[in-house]
Amino acid sequence: MSVATVGAGTAVGRYQRSRRALLRGMPVAPAVVLLVVFLAGPILYCVYSAFTNMALTGSSGADFVGLANFQKAFTSAEFGRSVLYTLFFTLVSAVIGQNVLGMALALLMRSGSQVVRAVVSAIVIGAWVLPEVVAGYLWAVFLGKGGSLNGILHFLHLPTQNWLFTTPILAVSIANIWRGTAFSMLVYSAALSEVPKEIEEAATVDGASGFRRLTSITVPMVKRSIATNLMLITLQTLSVFGLIYTMTGGGPSGKSQTLPLYAYEQAFQFSQLGYGTALALVLLFIGGVFSIIYLRALRLEDSTS
Amino acid sequence: MSDVTAPATPRPVGGATTGRTDVRTRRRPRRHRVGKGVVNLVLVLIAASFVIPLLWLFLAAFDASAGLSVSLPSPWTLANFDAILTPEITYRPMVNGVILCGGGTILTVVASVLAAYPLSRYKSRLKRPFLLTILFATGLPITAIMVPVYGLFVQVNLIDTYSGTILFMATTALPISIWLMKNFMDGVPIELEEAAWTDGASPMQGLRHVILPLMWPGVSVVAIYTFIGLWGNFFVPFVLLLSNDRLPASVSIFTFFSQYGQVVYGQLAAYAMLYSLPAIFLYLLLSRRLGGAFAFGGAVKG
Repeated sequence: MSVATVGAGTAVGRYQRSRRALLRGMPVAPAVVLLVVFLAGPILYCVYSAFTNMALTGSSGADFVGLANFQKAFTSAEFGRSVLYTLFFTLVSAVIGQNVLGMALALLMRSGSQVVRAVVSAIVIGAWVLPEVVAGYLWAVFLGKGGSLNGILHFLHLPTQNWLFTTPILAVSIANIWRGTAFSMLVYSAALSEVPKEIEEAATVDGASGFRRLTSITVPMVKRSIATNLMLITLQTLSVFGLIYTMTGGGPSGKSQTLPLYAYEQAFQFSQLGYGTALALVLLFIGGVFSIIYLRALRLEDSTS
Repeated sequence: MSDVTAPATPRPVGGATTGRTDVRTRRRPRRHRVGKGVVNLVLVLIAASFVIPLLWLFLAAFDASAGLSVSLPSPWTLANFDAILTPEITYRPMVNGVILCGGGTILTVVASVLAAYPLSRYKSRLKRPFLLTILFATGLPITAIMVPVYGLFVQVNLIDTYSGTILFMATTALPISIWLMKNFMDGVPIELEEAAWTDGASPMQGLRHVILPLMWPGVSVVAIYTFIGLWGNFFVPFVLLLSNDRLPASVSIFTFFSQYGQVVYGQLAAYAMLYSLPAIFLYLLLSRRLGGAFAFGGAVKG
């Protein structure tokens, strides 16, 4: 700003400058108010109530109980199990499933014919645009006892089973891959479209095989997008609730109960708001750590490249 | 700010990769045709596996006696739609959804346009930390804070109200909206606005009469994107709204169909279809607006 230097150095100038800065910053105010009241507020409230024995109903008071909620969590088998399921779900459905399938689709799309490309992207994106509750029902029906998958298996003379009961966590993971792959595909398609054709052509002329071109040229050139995408899908997947809740409800007997579902159950079904918020805080913490790691990774990338 | 915004902007060819060309025996680009055929085949197979779960939705919706398995309706009928097109089952939840998501979207767009303006136009020491916080907030699992939000809403009597739910929904969409909006606004050259300033326009007038008309596509992208996100959101209204007659479609589909032991699958499919239509329609609008889906990926990329 050219005006910024006027009056610099004097006290009056400094006052005017800070006043101007304040005025200029005014338009940010509504957003900041919303974010403080409805995002920072609940987070602080979460930090506070995680240390109390607040209950959903009954007594209005909440006593400070220190670390009791966390102690309860870290010694509880259910909590440990739900952490494991959350890790499994995130790893299998996001980091491996959506990420790899999305990249594969984006790469294949480049050399597919136009009609196939249009049809495939319409279908994959369609799965993504469907509301998550609908996706949950679709997959519950597809994997259920009389569902299509068992129909196909029966046709192939393979044993059938109710996949929602035998492999619930895998079932919801696959449903989440189905639902989320489009996002990675779009991100990677956009990134790949910016890789100059000449470089790959040059490598081809120099005799690099398709796989070599992929690992030595294409992937390194979009690694920034890979990092960004991994961050986004990991964080999205950590907070998946509706899909799992409609498919299995966390069951049977907690076998697909990821952290969000466990926290929900404890807070709302068992009325232990204090314990529930402590669990929520753990989830928030995990998400926060991931968020920071990836932010740092992005910045490192920037300063190094 | 270049180092914060950099992830969003495509970077030209990096220096590191250009040199990796071992000069060895030269080979002809081989079997191009065959390769393409295989690629198409693989793509079709992936698409087929994606489409199988969807098939049920389309077929069962038109089948009055639909079960869990995929079968051609005999006869094709609209009976399922007839059965669910009542105020209680369909119309009211849809209207509720429009009120909640529409209200949330308007609030988000207004607040994010306003917030994006100083972030895009002025330099400040606070800008970088603010943007980093915004970016950080886009990553926070909203699911996690629903439990404390519920507790908070009970205490301040916002539970089971449209206004409270709209405010919270808008807030959840705000970080990513501010981020996108700022990137779109960065694309509007400041020179045009400076011309308006010299003609005596205030910054806010400049925003309204110069920037907004130019970035209208960007604004509508954020609006549509926000609306789709809110329309599909299940958990927030599920926790914050209690009365049946206030529930939006995303929740009522769940409460309605899990209420009774015997699920009428055909009706469930028909309802799921109706409920999904606005999201699909808006997405088509969005991708048209952006000249193809891939540009959308670019906008979200970082």
